[in-house]
Amino acid sequence: MSFVLKMAWRDSRASRARLAFVSLSVLLGIAALVGIASLGDNLKRGVDTQTKGLLGADLTVTDRRKFSDATLAHFRTLGGELAREVSLQATVGFPARGNTRWRAQLRALEGDFPFYGELVTSPAGAMKKLSAGNFAVVEDTLLAQFGVQIGDELKVGQASLKVIGTLKKIPGEAAAVALFAPRVYLSTAALEATELNKGDRFARHRVHFKLPPTADPEALAKQLGEKFKGQRLHFDTVESRKQQLGDALKDVFSFMSLVGFVALFLGAVGVASAMQVYVRQKIATVATLRCLGATARTGFAIYLVQACGIGIVGAVLGALAGLGVQGLLPLVLKDFLPVDVEFFVSWPAVAKGMGAGMVICVLFTLLPLLAVRRVSPLLAIRSTQGDEKTGEDTWRLGLIVLIAAAVLGFAVLQTGHWLTGLLFTLWMALSFGLLGGVAAGVAWAAKRFVPRGALPYVWRQGLANLHRPNNRTVLLLLALGLGTALVLSLLLTRATLLAKIQGIGGAGRPNLLLFDIQDDEMPKLAAVAKAERAPILVQAPIVTMRLASLKGRAVEDLLKGDRGGIPAWTLTREYRSSYRGALVETERVIAGKFVGRVPPGEASVPVSMDEGLARELQLQLGDALSFDVQGVPLHATVASLRKVEWQRLAPNFFVVFPEGVLEPAPKTFVAALRVEKPADSARVQQAVAKALPSVSAVDLALILQTFDSLFDKVAWAVSFLGLFTVATGVVVLVGAILTGRLQRVRETVLLRTLGASRAQLRAILLVEYAVLGVLAAITGGVLAVGANVLLAKFLFRTDPVAPPLVLLGAVAGAVALTLVTGLATNRGVARTPPLEILRQET
Amino acid sequence: MSEQTMLKVERLTKSYGTAGGPLTVLREVSFSLAAGASLAVVGPSGSGKTTLLSLCAGLDRASAGSVELAGQALDDLDEDERAGVRNEHVGFVFQNFQLVPTLTALENVLIPLELRGEGGPAAEASARALLTRVGLADRGGHYPVQLSGGEQQRVAVARAFINSPKILFCDEPVGNLDGENAQLMVDLIFGLNQERGTTLVLVTHDLELAKRCQRVLRLKGGLVLSDTLNAGHDPEADALAQAAAAATARAQRMTRDPHGFDDDEEEAAAT
Repeated sequence: MSFVLKMAWRDSRASRARLAFVSLSVLLGIAALVGIASLGDNLKRGVDTQTKGLLGADLTVTDRRKFSDATLAHFRTLGGELAREVSLQATVGFPARGNTRWRAQLRALEGDFPFYGELVTSPAGAMKKLSAGNFAVVEDTLLAQFGVQIGDELKVGQASLKVIGTLKKIPGEAAAVALFAPRVYLSTAALEATELNKGDRFARHRVHFKLPPTADPEALAKQLGEKFKGQRLHFDTVESRKQQLGDALKDVFSFMSLVGFVALFLGAVGVASAMQVYVRQKIATVATLRCLGATARTGFAIYLVQACGIGIVGAVLGALAGLGVQGLLPLVLKDFLPVDVEFFVSWPAVAKGMGAGMVICVLFTLLPLLAVRRVSPLLAIRSTQGDEKTGEDTWRLGLIVLIAAAVLGFAVLQTGHWLTGLLFTLWMALSFGLLGGVAAGVAWAAKRFVPRGALPYVWRQGLANLHRPNNRTVLLLLALGLGTALVLSLLLTRATLLAKIQGIGGAGRPNLLLFDIQDDEMPKLAAVAKAERAPILVQAPIVTMRLASLKGRAVEDLLKGDRGGIPAWTLTREYRSSYRGALVETERVIAGKFVGRVPPGEASVPVSMDEGLARELQLQLGDALSFDVQGVPLHATVASLRKVEWQRLAPNFFVVFPEGVLEPAPKTFVAALRVEKPADSARVQQAVAKALPSVSAVDLALILQTFDSLFDKVAWAVSFLGLFTVATGVVVLVGAILTGRLQRVRETVLLRTLGASRAQLRAILLVEYAVLGVLAAITGGVLAVGANVLLAKFLFRTDPVAPPLVLLGAVAGAVALTLVTGLATNRGVARTPPLEILRQET
Repeated sequence: MSEQTMLKVERLTKSYGTAGGPLTVLREVSFSLAAGASLAVVGPSGSGKTTLLSLCAGLDRASAGSVELAGQALDDLDEDERAGVRNEHVGFVFQNFQLVPTLTALENVLIPLELRGEGGPAAEASARALLTRVGLADRGGHYPVQLSGGEQQRVAVARAFINSPKILFCDEPVGNLDGENAQLMVDLIFGLNQERGTTLVLVTHDLELAKRCQRVLRLKGGLVLSDTLNAGHDPEADALAQAAAAATARAQRMTRDPHGFDDDEEEAAAT
């Protein structure tokens, strides 16, 4: 064995336990990376093996309108089996539970869908019985929420359906979808009975194909797309579904990996900090070795081997823990996983996680290790080495650049986007820079401003510990500050979003939205609203239409060729437009002039467009466009641009027409009501449902509830990963305290020898850790509040909310954690006799 | 430099930059030392003794002047090359022992050989023989903290001789030892020096110790006050051999009774 290896092993003897603990700093970060990546591979395989079950068919064709008989006839000529589905949003009621109403997604099936995979129901086979009558199979969560039993009645539109089973699992769909609209399956005959599919109701019509084994679904999709290109059909094949799922999973897992990486990065900072103290204690040994003929490289290599050892131990333990994380994550994410997860160890994922962990760990330990190269042999005979080798080390600068490159490389590889990777790297640099800067400022302030005579001795000593050599101020502020910032950001974001949603229904504003109101139903609705003392504040007609051309170019041509950056969704979507004589409260014109009415026969109708949509469509004032209004062409000109408050619960539209054009077109109405007390909302909805069974409702209380449940699930998943950072922070903290314990022990022993009581020693520690804890919490809090302000302003476009109780709770939690960790780690130092401690520690 | 010259120092000067301007701690020191000779460098604190030693041993670079050690001009060598020279030709004994705390006595002694890649059974046998020679035959597996100060310094002496150095640099080798152990150490150093024909450079402010060297270089304020041959110095080999034998016997006796340093009765009986 070479001298370096031998010496590295021998030299580690007295410190192996300490070094092993240091390696724990990176354990959690590596565990997170390995667990997340391995689960990601499990899911990928799940998607691959359950491919056909994900779609339930070889090919699914979707249209926003009913398929024509001719289209269906052509579909039937393609061979294989065929099933039809109509899905639409509707409000369903439970008469057995006080007629409680809830918004659901109705799916009417005709045929033997799914052809592959299985809709798992309880009792089994419930789907097969749907066609036998007015039956419904209902999402499990819906029944659980309202205490409804199998056999109970479900009121949907004009029909009463009997619940004959519950849905346990739908292949290819995540359970969290149920939060937005629980799924209710019924037969097409039952849907007819509800009368909800009449008029111009917003619905999706699907035809599912089970093709002969020789058929190529991709080619068929292409061929059908060509044949029916005017209809803008949407095609899903197993391959495209796989692609969509794969992309979605990649995004989620990239995000999760980045969160895990933060923990690894923090852990690596902890390792570097511990190594700095360790190397300082090894200077005499290095100097002696240099005297005896060791080169600078040899001395450096000895400690590099030890650093690699730390990395290897951390990586191996991290990988083992990662497999545990992999087992736990499906429980945390169960509502978001679209496929069954079969647990297997993905060795490439393990290797990648361990590799990333080791590289980051070793790069960070190199920072303090560089100092070993500059240890002069002269130090063996002198405590100072004169004036040489005190200049800036260019290797250090190079290493910092290398670390930044490694972080950027990791982020880019994970996200697959340069810009996202760069933003992540900048965010890391900013957070760590800010926390480090604050820490340096705190240490400086403690040195500069603490009054010498004004404070009792234990206070002065405790505060002095913030700036004295080997202090943990920077590390602790980094570890705890980052953890606090992460957790608090989550809490504040939640508070901000809840406040925003609550604000939507503020005094005098609508808080109940009714839609799918047929043309002739408006007077009836007005009467019900009046009787229930729930005034209709805004009502608007809705006419569905599609874009036909933009600035003279047919949308079909644009879709086929180069769109010049125009997103496809803006061209293919069905526009639900309105017409009105004047602007409403939730919109204002920012350019051009709003035209409220045009005389009949206007060649080009002056429309008002949402500024965001105009930007996406690259349209400016005066530009021409045309719509296909249910078969009728309509030419228009952009006359004005509006800024719309989309977040308000009110009928808002991308395109608003003037009065005098769309009145004859088939249309439905939307109405926004104000129910004074939220508790009355159910009563009003029931009254509306009784008079107008096909009308759907969206209640602000329902949105709040849906958001809260969804946020709960997301927050749990994010908090779980955030915990890795917080726990890493604690490990880093403990590691740092243990590594720097020798110095503290000597001081403590000296103080005890000079007559300090145990109470005084504890008080000194208490002051130091309390101050550090408060500062860490405040710095973390400032970061979180800053992040919340930015998110609120730029992403959620609302006013940030920072409830004092949440802030206080976070500060108290961080301080308590610091105190407990600090005092527990230093336990025994003040109690054990001085001589014993000195013997143990040397 | 003749073949007989082990160390040649010419106009050696060392200055440090300070806030108040350059501080010269050694000024134009010149001397040469023949192979096998012994030189004591004496002088008050701050006279430049340790600086001179560190420059002679290639631990530091001079501001001016030159050092030739075992025929090699140290100023022409970079840090790693000087480390190579130290490993090949130089042994050190420090005032504060400088044992590596995480290595056993045996492992500490082995360091110079292992650094050369000459570890293994033969090296270990040499190390054990040296430990026996310094009276620590059965303490090879002990860590520095398990040894007394005198024992630690004897391990350091064994380490200094393991690579059969041509020159031994001792920096206040008995500065941290009591009288009994100091005497033992001096006997060991001079005995081994004589046995192996090693050149000896000894920094001390103990004038009695300096008298045992053939030459004494007196420094003050970084300048050489005098460079004299010791009168009455007995260069006869048999006398030194006797001293070495006595040291070995005493060392072995002390090792048998590790508490013997403080045991006056035992000591009295033995003498």
